[in-house]
Amino acid sequence: MTDHEHKSPEDSKPEPAEDAAEAKQAEDVAPAAPAAASGLTGTGTAPGEVELDKQPPTAFLEVRDLRVHFPTQDGLVKSVDGLSFTLEKGKTLGIVGESGSGKSVTSLGIMGLHTVGQYGRQRPRLSGEIWLNGQELLSADPEAVRKLRGREISMIFQDPLSALHPFFTVGHQIVEAYRVHHNVDKKTARKRAVELLDRVGIPEPGKRVDSYPHEFSGGMRQRAMIAMSLVNNPELLIADEPTTALDVTVQAQILDLIRDLQKEFGSAVIIITHDLGVVAELSDDILVMYGGRCVEYGTAEQVFYEPQHPYTWGLLGSMPRIDRDRSDRLIPVKGSPPSLINVPSGCAFNPRCPYADVPEGDVTRTTRPELREVKPGHLAACHMAQEDRERIWNEEIAPKL
Amino acid sequence: MLTYLIRRLFAVAVMLVVIILAVFCIFFLIPKWTGIDPATMFVGKQADKDSIEAVRQKLQLDDPVLVQLFEFFKGLFVGRDYTAGGDTTHCSAPCFGYSFRTEQEIWPVLTDRLPVTLSLALGAAVIWLLIGLTVGVLSALKRGSLWDRLAMTGALAGVSLPVYFTGLISLAIFAYQLDLVSNSFTPFSENAGKWFSGMILPWITLAFLFGAMYARLTRATMLEVMGEDYIRTARAKGLKEQVVIGKHAMRSTMTPVLTLLGIDIGALMGGAILTETTFSIPGLGQAVLKAITDRDLPLILGVTLITATAVVIANLIVDLLYGVIDPRVRLG
Amino acid sequence: MTHLRASRRRLAALSAVAAATLLATTACGGGDSDSEGGGEFNAGVNKVANASNKKGGTLKFVGVQDADSWDTTRMYYAFAFDFARFYSRQLVSYTPKPGKKSVELKPDLATDHAQISDDGKTYKYTLKDGLKWEDGKPITSQDVKYGIERQWAQKTLSGGPTYLKDVLDPDGKWKGPYDDKGDFDGIKTPDDKTIEFHLAKPNGDFEQMLAMPTNSPVRKDKDTKSKYTLHPFSSGPYKFKSYTPNKSLLLVRNKNWDRNSDPLRKALPDQVKVTLLTNPDERDKRLINGDADLDLNQRGMEVQGRQSALKQHKGNVDNPDTGFISYVAFPQSVKPFDNIHCRKAAIYGTDHKSVQTARGGPTAGGELAVNMLPPVVPGHKDSDDQYGIRKNGGKAAVAKAKEELKKCGKPNGFSTTLAVRNTDKNDVKSAESIQASLKKVGIKVDIDEFDGAQGSSIVGNQATVKKKNYGMVLYGWGPDFPSGQGYGIELWHSSKIRDNGNNNYALIDDKKIDKGLEDAIAEMDPDKAAEKYAQVNHDVMAGAYYLPLTYMKIVQWRSDRLTNVYAADSYSGWYDFASLGVK
Repeated sequence: MTDHEHKSPEDSKPEPAEDAAEAKQAEDVAPAAPAAASGLTGTGTAPGEVELDKQPPTAFLEVRDLRVHFPTQDGLVKSVDGLSFTLEKGKTLGIVGESGSGKSVTSLGIMGLHTVGQYGRQRPRLSGEIWLNGQELLSADPEAVRKLRGREISMIFQDPLSALHPFFTVGHQIVEAYRVHHNVDKKTARKRAVELLDRVGIPEPGKRVDSYPHEFSGGMRQRAMIAMSLVNNPELLIADEPTTALDVTVQAQILDLIRDLQKEFGSAVIIITHDLGVVAELSDDILVMYGGRCVEYGTAEQVFYEPQHPYTWGLLGSMPRIDRDRSDRLIPVKGSPPSLINVPSGCAFNPRCPYADVPEGDVTRTTRPELREVKPGHLAACHMAQEDRERIWNEEIAPKL
Repeated sequence: MLTYLIRRLFAVAVMLVVIILAVFCIFFLIPKWTGIDPATMFVGKQADKDSIEAVRQKLQLDDPVLVQLFEFFKGLFVGRDYTAGGDTTHCSAPCFGYSFRTEQEIWPVLTDRLPVTLSLALGAAVIWLLIGLTVGVLSALKRGSLWDRLAMTGALAGVSLPVYFTGLISLAIFAYQLDLVSNSFTPFSENAGKWFSGMILPWITLAFLFGAMYARLTRATMLEVMGEDYIRTARAKGLKEQVVIGKHAMRSTMTPVLTLLGIDIGALMGGAILTETTFSIPGLGQAVLKAITDRDLPLILGVTLITATAVVIANLIVDLLYGVIDPRVRLG
Repeated sequence: MTHLRASRRRLAALSAVAAATLLATTACGGGDSDSEGGGEFNAGVNKVANASNKKGGTLKFVGVQDADSWDTTRMYYAFAFDFARFYSRQLVSYTPKPGKKSVELKPDLATDHAQISDDGKTYKYTLKDGLKWEDGKPITSQDVKYGIERQWAQKTLSGGPTYLKDVLDPDGKWKGPYDDKGDFDGIKTPDDKTIEFHLAKPNGDFEQMLAMPTNSPVRKDKDTKSKYTLHPFSSGPYKFKSYTPNKSLLLVRNKNWDRNSDPLRKALPDQVKVTLLTNPDERDKRLINGDADLDLNQRGMEVQGRQSALKQHKGNVDNPDTGFISYVAFPQSVKPFDNIHCRKAAIYGTDHKSVQTARGGPTAGGELAVNMLPPVVPGHKDSDDQYGIRKNGGKAAVAKAKEELKKCGKPNGFSTTLAVRNTDKNDVKSAESIQASLKKVGIKVDIDEFDGAQGSSIVGNQATVKKKNYGMVLYGWGPDFPSGQGYGIELWHSSKIRDNGNNNYALIDDKKIDKGLEDAIAEMDPDKAAEKYAQVNHDVMAGAYYLPLTYMKIVQWRSDRLTNVYAADSYSGWYDFASLGVK
């Protein structure tokens, strides 16, 4: 599928000294991890655990202990603070969470877009590892990462109107995306653009290719955006809130399109959203983020039917469903997302958690709960005992949903 | 596009007529309000009532404003004659009026001086665009850096230092002390090399002032544009940073810059009075300054009209270019 | 000749800010010393600097003010009079010699001085042989007549002086060459070589008047009326090659001018080039830098240029007297200046020295003025110092001022308003200085600045003066031609009091002064006339109508290349342009 060389895994093997430090840091975050990794490969994805050695992984994409910190005048904003996950080709991972939970920052981190054009004091600090097809991206030459962008990893953005340049035709922008990575003449590239536009369901693509973004409807624009992101047959497609800006009727079409295309192209897909409905449609696995960290991870079935974390319960409770009584609709998570500068001590969710006092000894406010495997392939970061969680879910939450 | 152009040109013509009307009325009223009798301005100190009356007649100052206006428009198309005291002065079309101060038709004065001012403005514009865009873009990309702070301090100086200050200093240093460039204006037709040598300092001085403004504008716009989603998209495509900035970001940054450029060049057509005075460039600015000190109303009127026309035309060009740059602007 | 100052100074005010910044640049831009040596300080005052007969080259003028008109009939600016001799000739003209000697008239187009008959009422001239226009046609007495007659056509050709019109046709019976079909019989041309003038009354200055370029010949078929200024047809050594108003003027040799017929004009350079700027500081820089030879306007340098010139290039500087006086007039229509004692109190109470300092000191500002006749005008006497101004070292005579106030019936002083042109920096500074010194004797002075260009309808308008309570008017004045008449008749004679456009600001209506002036004018002997003007001047001062401030001097630049340079009293202390050459 790819027409380019991959780096040999050995090439990016880092220095041992650095390894030790990295490993130590990683250990602080996820000491309980290693065992979990193996048993989950059956689903094609692995839980957010860290391997102690900076070894090239076997998975197509593996993110290890990713941290993205933004220095600001008010302090260090820890948008992503120790996130790990893996993803195989052909699979879809849904990352859900509220605004500011670190979803989009994660995706931009994988794209390597945090550091482009940034310098000096504004430059965000990134650490951890991102392995794509055996190549570590954070330590790689920025120029090499640039060449991966748009070709192996591409991205669909939330608002296609603002994400497309208003002064260039849609065709021009797709052609440009194609020609960056393919040494072809404009004519060929244009043919390719028309072909892609056709593929994403834009009527009369031969004509619309010369239209400007503002001449498209919202849904058409998003289709064009998708066409642009697929033009190079990327192996990894990141869709950041791809339907948020769209009409409800169009949303479904776009989701269908992404699913179809994934089947066709065989790409790995990360879909980022605050809308559990969207992930329910598409995802194989779901990663729930809160305060820059993963609080629950599992297959879609696990997360939807046996959610382990009170925050996940909250998200499910706030999901609109047609088959629900009006009076019961939308039980939002009370309170507001945590400050990423002063993350609450203990469990980051504790100020908003109705069950913060279930575990004894105020442990929720003093100790940060680690991500633990609660069932095979299902991880959660909560101090509550397994029985408590199951009881509360079954007795208090599930009936209301 | 063509119908749009025709429509716009028609609008321009209407606008110019309105401007002429407004300017003409103002100039008609000025003498009344300020108590300056234009007729007395044209006669010497031993003026008796008869000669003042004759001048008044010749300038047709006693005619109603509508008649004067009609005469003016007539003059524009077919020329006109000024008659008094057995002397007829012909002003051929396009007659923008006649200066009794210097006994000249206004139109030749304008056509003589406009190219000079135009060459000053355009030459300076090229330099200030180069300086302004480069400094602005670099500053925006390196926001908060030492370079940015130095450049913006320099820009502040450029905006706040008046042309006669920077101009005189640069003249003193480069023309008089170092003798690198010519200290005076030479017409292009006379000697192109000398012309260039004489224009360098005025260009740079004027460009310094405007370049500073453009640097600040470019920087601010660039910062805004660099935060746009489509810049992120461009990067996500894997485009080189030079392409992201040079193509995607610059294209958007150019829009406000172009607007300002159109207005600035148009306004400069009224004469870069300070620059032309400082460097003694015989452009419209010098002519209008002279006209003001001499109370030469017909010449002031002529220059005002030229300026207004230039601004209107510059705006038209900017609007047309808008259509090229920004497809959202419909030229239909 | 007040136009000149007004317009010239207007520009100065505009560029005042620019001038201030120049200070810094000249301070560090110095270092060029004057190695070639253009001569020495005042080499062109009362003597000839760089005397030479070398022909050729281009004489380069630079100016900030175009002529009011290059049409000889319409011009009134002093420098235009001076410059007009390049392309025009007169029946008689001034002697090409420095200082006072220049005032003497010599025949120019005429073979000799006038044959005067009919008790001084008829002047007869014969033209030289071989005089030619720029196209080679002969200059005839009819051309001279026509040139003079043009000043009757004030409706079309306004602006210039009309002395000959007033003397030959005082009642304005003839309508002028454009409107009157009939011939004017005040000037007769019995043949092509002879011209006769018939005066209504004898006038001792008639030849002085004839010497003004106003009375140059003009050929009827070349008279383009109001457009004549764009290309006056030459009778002199140079002719117009190109002229763009307010921009540039180029004169080239007139091949048809015969050097042998013209002993008054040296005509050394091949070309005369005038460049007109708007910025006087830039003009000064070009002068100092050697890009131009001299200032066309001849009004002296700006503060910065002057300082730089005096410090580093003193050898290029002349500091001649001009014919101008700066003074304050007391309009008698405004109380309490109807009372002579109040006028005297103001004269005594003014600190002349501080006014002089305010005007730039003795070099730039000029000597303390003790009376109302300028030094270049015959009849001027430094000794006529009735108020002890110079005796007192220019200090205010406070005791005397208080005494006069008592006599005036205002022992505690009074309030009045001083009108001053806002266009003249030195005038404004002088006004402030007067205000400060008069305050000490109890006279409270409010300063009211007016637009200098509007002078004739403000301080020249009697109703306005009364309405605005202008008890004092600060102004400057110079002679149209170097005689008591050319200087004083406008200021002192009761017949010159006008409702509007008045120059007799003090409203002097004194039989003795009128009579004195008329006698002096009728006196044909210049020396006797000078004595008479001196007496009139004395009477004017005795009447305390004027408070003289300074006899103005200028700081004039003379380039290294310039030859035959001298300041001529005939042109108010300007250089005599027609004699100049370049090395």
